[in-house]
Amino acid sequence: MNPSRDEVFEKIRDVLTDALGVDDEEVVAEATLQGDLGAESIDFLDMVFRLEKEFSIEIPKGELFADEVWNNPDYVENDMVTPAGLEKFKEAMPHADFSSFEQEPHVSKIPDLSTVNTIVNYVESKLALA
Amino acid sequence: MRWIWIDSFVDFVAGERASAIKNVTLAEDHLHDHFPGYPIMPAALMIEGMAQTAGILVGEARGFAENVILAKIRTAEFEDYAVPGDQLRYDAVVESLDERAAVTAGTVHLNGEPIGRIDLIFSHVNKAAKVPDLPEHNFVFTDQFTSLLAAFRGPGRKRSGT
Repeated sequence: MNPSRDEVFEKIRDVLTDALGVDDEEVVAEATLQGDLGAESIDFLDMVFRLEKEFSIEIPKGELFADEVWNNPDYVENDMVTPAGLEKFKEAMPHADFSSFEQEPHVSKIPDLSTVNTIVNYVESKLALA
Repeated sequence: MRWIWIDSFVDFVAGERASAIKNVTLAEDHLHDHFPGYPIMPAALMIEGMAQTAGILVGEARGFAENVILAKIRTAEFEDYAVPGDQLRYDAVVESLDERAAVTAGTVHLNGEPIGRIDLIFSHVNKAAKVPDLPEHNFVFTDQFTSLLAAFRGPGRKRSGT
């Protein structure tokens, strides 16, 4: 039986406190990985490795944080993500909450899509498929 | 001074694990400053020794096709320190390895007793995409280190682990 969402969250909290050196209480569902928890580029890889080990899942390159889509300049015009780009992003990151981002899809807001909740949603979907 | 913080390999299983030793000696200049009258091996250089041990392990696993860069120190914990006359042994085990990066778990031994843990993440950087301003010594693996591995594998004198 798959673990409950709370159990998944607890494990992810442990992963993030270890990977990012943050305190338990900082790891809340809405916390953004970069802005709130201070994650840097190599930390994303560190998180991926730790999540794979913790949940015995495989995380293909670019699947959790969709970095390859984000880095595609074709989807950006005047620092705003184009409607076509937005659709691609949503497709690539079904585990992220786009409701606030799509109101003003400025490139500077892209990192805010990667929150603790994004990881919880992703891991839950992976475990459901397992 | 040469930037080699391991003296020799005592174990090397490709893609799996490696152990290297480092004999701490008063001939090392830095020990006279760290600290005057009280020489102890800097913990940062133990991390470097582990990075060299694990970096060669990781580089060799992929045929030294990419440059291997120490990207993150996941854990560095020490319960004791080393002084001249001591022997350190760095045991590194590969935890994950793919085209992007590698994770290693390491244990530091002092005269045979475990005294610390150093877990590292290495990034693989395509040699063709090498950043021009990045000096060669930023890469864990250089020719100096191949000779260490060759010495372990070669027909010459072999040492047993301590």
